[in-house]
Amino acid sequence: MHSSRRDFLTATAAAAAGFTPLAAAAAKIVKGVFVNGDRPLVAFPQKRPLLVLTPRPPQLETPFEIFDDGVLTPNDAFFVRWHLAGIPTTVDAGKHRVKVGGLVAHPLSLSLADLKKYEAVEVVAVNQCSGNSRGFFMPRVPGGEWQNGAMGNARWKGARLQDILARAGVGAGAKQVQFRGLDGPVFPETPAFMKSLDVGMVTSNPDIIVAYEMNGAPLPLLNGYPVRLIVSGWFATYWVKMLSEITVLDHVDDNFWMKTAYRIPATPNGSVAPTDKGYATVPINKMVVRSFITNLKDGATLKAGNHIVRGIAFDGGSGIRAVQLSTDGGTTWTSAPLEADNGSYSFRRWHAYIAVQSGMQLMLACRAQANDESMQVATPIWNPSGYQRSSIETYKVSVS
Amino acid sequence: MTISKIIGALTVVAALSALAAFAATPTKKMPAKSGGVVSISLPGDLGFAFKPGPGSNLANSLCLSCHSEAYVAMQPPLNKAAWTAEIVKMRNVYGAKISDDQVAPLADYLTANYGTP
Repeated sequence: MHSSRRDFLTATAAAAAGFTPLAAAAAKIVKGVFVNGDRPLVAFPQKRPLLVLTPRPPQLETPFEIFDDGVLTPNDAFFVRWHLAGIPTTVDAGKHRVKVGGLVAHPLSLSLADLKKYEAVEVVAVNQCSGNSRGFFMPRVPGGEWQNGAMGNARWKGARLQDILARAGVGAGAKQVQFRGLDGPVFPETPAFMKSLDVGMVTSNPDIIVAYEMNGAPLPLLNGYPVRLIVSGWFATYWVKMLSEITVLDHVDDNFWMKTAYRIPATPNGSVAPTDKGYATVPINKMVVRSFITNLKDGATLKAGNHIVRGIAFDGGSGIRAVQLSTDGGTTWTSAPLEADNGSYSFRRWHAYIAVQSGMQLMLACRAQANDESMQVATPIWNPSGYQRSSIETYKVSVS
Repeated sequence: MTISKIIGALTVVAALSALAAFAATPTKKMPAKSGGVVSISLPGDLGFAFKPGPGSNLANSLCLSCHSEAYVAMQPPLNKAAWTAEIVKMRNVYGAKISDDQVAPLADYLTANYGTP
C-alpha cells in the first residue's frame, strides 16, 4: 500500500511537471455514443481502468463488455458513484461503528466484529444507479451522463437489517429508517447525503442487509468500505456506502435527498412528456425489468455462419421469467434460454443462437419478462431527471 | 483552425498527459483482510480544466470547489436558460458561493464554451 501511494505521488508530480509524452499515447479515450460522451479509461485505487465521467467526486462506469465475462461483476470493475466530494480516503474498519438510534428502545453502536455476530446471510443482487443510461434520454437531460454501465451484480454478505433493528427495538410510531454514511459535503450548507426507507419494509424484508463482504472480499473503499447497505431489488441510491448511522424516524424523511432529489413522476413507468408540468412525484424505488446483449455491440460486424448471442436480464426482485431475442428489430421474437439461477435479485444470463448469411443487415433486440408479469416495451420512457430507463435495447449488426 | 480550437486542442493534450500518468501508475491490490485500515489516494482532477476565455476565472473559482470540470464537460450542450438553472441549483440547493451578479456572466461562459445558443 505504501509503495503504491509513493508510485502514485511520483506519477502525479511527473504529470504536474508536464512529463509523460510517451504515456500520453497510452491514455485511452473511449469514443462516446452520444454527444459529449467520450470518456478516458483510468484505473482508480483498487480498480481496473474504468470510464471516467468525472474524477471529483468519482463517477466511474463499468465498460459494458465486462458484463459478458460472468454473472458476477468483479469488485475492481464495479461502477463508482459519489455525490459529494468529501469522501474519506482512509477508513479504519477496526474503529468504524454503525450507530443505531432515533426511535429505538436500545441504541446500538456496532463494530464490524459486532455485525459479524449476527447471522451472516448472502444475497446476489444487482446494484444499479437510478440514472443508469441517462445519456440515452431524448431529449437529453443534465446529470451524470452514463451509458449502460452504471450497474453491477455482486454476492453481498452481511447481517440482516431486520435482525439489527429487532435487537435495537423499533419504537411505536416509527415511520421511516434513515441511513447515512461517512461521506460529507465540501460546504456545510450542502445537504448531507441521507436516504430513508419505510419502517414496514425494512422490518419485513430479509434481503436488506448491512454488508461487509462483496464477492468474498472486503468492499473496495470506493464502493463503500467497510460496510454498505444492500437494498436488494431497489435502485442504488438507497445502498448507502460507508454506512455509519441508522436512525429510526417518527416521521417521513423530508431531507433534500428524499423530498426533492431522486423522485420519479407518479405516472405509469415514471414517464412524462417533456412539456408536462405540475405532476405528483414519489421517491424512486424498485428497479424496472431490463435486458442487454453482452457479447455484441451496436454496430458490430459478424462473419457469415452460426453465432451465439449472450446477454443478461434483471428486474426489481421478482426474478426473470423469460427472455426473447429478435433479429428483425422486434417484429418477430424467439425464446432465449435462461442460464443458471443465482436468485431473483441477480443478473440472469441468457443466450441464443443465430445463423446469418453474408450481406445481411440485422437489428437485434432483446426483451425480458419478469415473474411479476412486467415486460420491457419498445418505447423509451422520459422524465426530467433521466431515471430508470428500461426500454428494449436494439443492436444494429451487419454480416460481412 | 481558430485560436479557441487550438487552445482547446492544447488543453486536451495537457489533460491526456495527466491522465496517462495516472493510468500508468501500477495498481496494487489492497490487503484482502477484513477489519483493517484502507487508505487510498484520489487522483484529483486528472487534468480536466475549464476552457480558457472570458468568464473562466468565475468557473475556476466557483465550480471547482465541489467538482471537476468534467462534470460540466460531460453535459449535453445546454442553452443559457438551462445553464442558468444549473448555476442557481448549485447555489440554492448545494450552497455554492455564487453572488447574484455572477450568475449571468458564468452562464454566458458556460453557454459559449459548453453549450448551445
